[in-house]
Amino acid sequence: MKSKIAAKLSAVLIGAALACAAGQALAGDNPIAVTDKAVTVGILHSITGTIALSEAGSVQGEKLAIKEINKQGGVLGRQIEYVQEDGASDWPTYSEKAQKLILKDHVATIFGCWTSASRKAVLPIVEQHDNLLFYPVFTEGLESSPNIIYLGPDATQQIIAGLDWVINEKKAKTFYFIGSDYIWPRTSFKIARKYIEDKGLKVVGEEYYPLGHTQFNSVINKFKLKKPDVIFSTVVGGSNVAFYKQMKAAGIDLAKEKPLLLTTSVTEDEVLGIGGENIEGGYSIMKYFQSMKNEENEKFVKDFKAAYGEKSVIGDTTESAYLGPWIWKAAVEKAGTFDIDKVRAALPGIELVKTPNGYVKVHENHYMWMKTYIGQAQKDGQFKIVHGSELMEPNPFMKGY
Amino acid sequence: MLSGYTASELLSIFAMQGFAGLSLFSVFLLMALGLAVIFGQMGVINMAHGEFMILGAYTTYVTSNLFQAYAPGLFPIYFFVAVAVSFIAAGALGALVEWAVIRHLYSRPLDTLLATWGLSLILQQVYRSIFGAKEVTVILPDWMMGALQVTDSIEIPINGLIVLVLTLIVTVFMWAVMFRSRLGVQLRAVVLNRPMAGAVGINTALVDRITFSFGCGIAGIAGCAFTMIGSTGPTAGQLYIVDTFLVVVFGGAGTLIGTICSAFGIAQAQSVMEFFMSGSMAKVITLLIVVGILMIRPQGLFSVKVRK
Repeated sequence: MKSKIAAKLSAVLIGAALACAAGQALAGDNPIAVTDKAVTVGILHSITGTIALSEAGSVQGEKLAIKEINKQGGVLGRQIEYVQEDGASDWPTYSEKAQKLILKDHVATIFGCWTSASRKAVLPIVEQHDNLLFYPVFTEGLESSPNIIYLGPDATQQIIAGLDWVINEKKAKTFYFIGSDYIWPRTSFKIARKYIEDKGLKVVGEEYYPLGHTQFNSVINKFKLKKPDVIFSTVVGGSNVAFYKQMKAAGIDLAKEKPLLLTTSVTEDEVLGIGGENIEGGYSIMKYFQSMKNEENEKFVKDFKAAYGEKSVIGDTTESAYLGPWIWKAAVEKAGTFDIDKVRAALPGIELVKTPNGYVKVHENHYMWMKTYIGQAQKDGQFKIVHGSELMEPNPFMKGY
Repeated sequence: MLSGYTASELLSIFAMQGFAGLSLFSVFLLMALGLAVIFGQMGVINMAHGEFMILGAYTTYVTSNLFQAYAPGLFPIYFFVAVAVSFIAAGALGALVEWAVIRHLYSRPLDTLLATWGLSLILQQVYRSIFGAKEVTVILPDWMMGALQVTDSIEIPINGLIVLVLTLIVTVFMWAVMFRSRLGVQLRAVVLNRPMAGAVGINTALVDRITFSFGCGIAGIAGCAFTMIGSTGPTAGQLYIVDTFLVVVFGGAGTLIGTICSAFGIAQAQSVMEFFMSGSMAKVITLLIVVGILMIRPQGLFSVKVRK
């Protein structure tokens, strides 16, 4: 079976190599589909299955950026064409489809993945075939691949900015952690706990619930018993909706800030499901909010709504996904070629001065320099920005973990 | 963890915690009632049960939007209409599914597992195509949100109370249908001995269709109620399916009282343990206890006595 697949793959490869010998540029071992007029890239997200809910926005962001780049004349004079594959919320499918994009479609780069699990499934593929992946979601860090660009904030950029703010501005002394039970919340809270305890403050509770858990009454009673100053939530997915609805039903009014709610897992996209009235008054820590006031963002929001409907909202990950093609374009232009090795070498130091979330720059570790913002959830589902940090250095391998 | 609190604080926490267990019980029971009919009585392993619930949730969503658009004055009471419409919508889909798929598979219970699992995937994609991949917000009238202030420190969530009352009504309704109606008599006869029931003139095919559709309708009501406490999205049904089967299997397939006791036991165990340890741990221990008991009593807590 295995040898059959290998034989098929090599047949495809040889066929493709013959086919592109005429007009396509061959770079290293991996041919890339570049002609005089067009270059092919891959988009790899789940459009079916559980995670489709979250990934829909990322696909929209990436496609919008590609459309805009093409309108401006493309990259190195080539129009960007994309091949889209469906990860189907299934991690092995991601690695299979990534392989297909690289070996069959000869993409110059891939924009995609969403959960850490899907990224970790694609990581060995892009490393083995020496391709690139632009990953649009905030991560727990503890990973740095030469072939992946991490467009979202890492855990330290979100958490430390947020904690500094509640400690300094809101004089918070006690914290209660609640998260879904997987790597991102657990790593986040490890970082947060160390930071809080180093300052001599107290974590009075730390709880994890299985993904998809829908009953939070017991933990809400514990909030009432322990009376923390801050509830710090990294609950994700469908559980999120249950968590906020039940808090509201239990009489905890987030707008009173007693306790204050801080979260790194709620963007405008999640509020659609939760309902603005259920999370009104809670604070979210992100690098981007749809309500940001700057020229670039106003244009971005207008174009996004023109493309996907007046009612669509833009969350942090959608905007990260939108940055992906722009950063890739800048790197390709700096390298002067689509050759993946040269593009990769050109990536660190690439900066975009004007993006919807302001200035960003690619760090040597392939994460991004960025500012972090704190937004307070409003009834209409938008966030009011109450604080912006200094430019923060990404630090995926924080000391002590 | 309870030191350093006054007696009255502890009392109110226990009261609220007791209610948390009670409301978890009503959620479990409401989820399981429909399946208790379909799996318990008919032996159909309905993996699409969660999707029938979500049909109820989406029906509630559509109803709420219609009320907001055409009869905003009646909005505060739309929920009661939504309960009825959800029951009818899920029941109708259930009847259709029974006619198209299930009736061909009664003699092959394991195949119903595959067929209904496929059905659940199809339904998820249908919801996704119609309502979009993102979750939708079901707007509830203000009086249904918030908490009832019993004393200064005891607050009881109103939506928990509503689910509790709804569960009671549905349970009584189901009991009446099963044990006090002609359909119930026929259904129990068919379950106990199909050829014999057919021989005395019961239209077993019709009884099957009505029963399946009835079970799905109850699932629709559950979905409608869960818009108050959970999310409404194409795959939200998956969140409930494991717990639902757990409750029905643990209670003993085919008995209403078993389902009730099992929902109560699991809910109380989980809710009490969640209070004293982390959520994941509580779930693990609950599952271990259930597995342990099922090893000793494979037929579940209660079982129907049948001459083999």
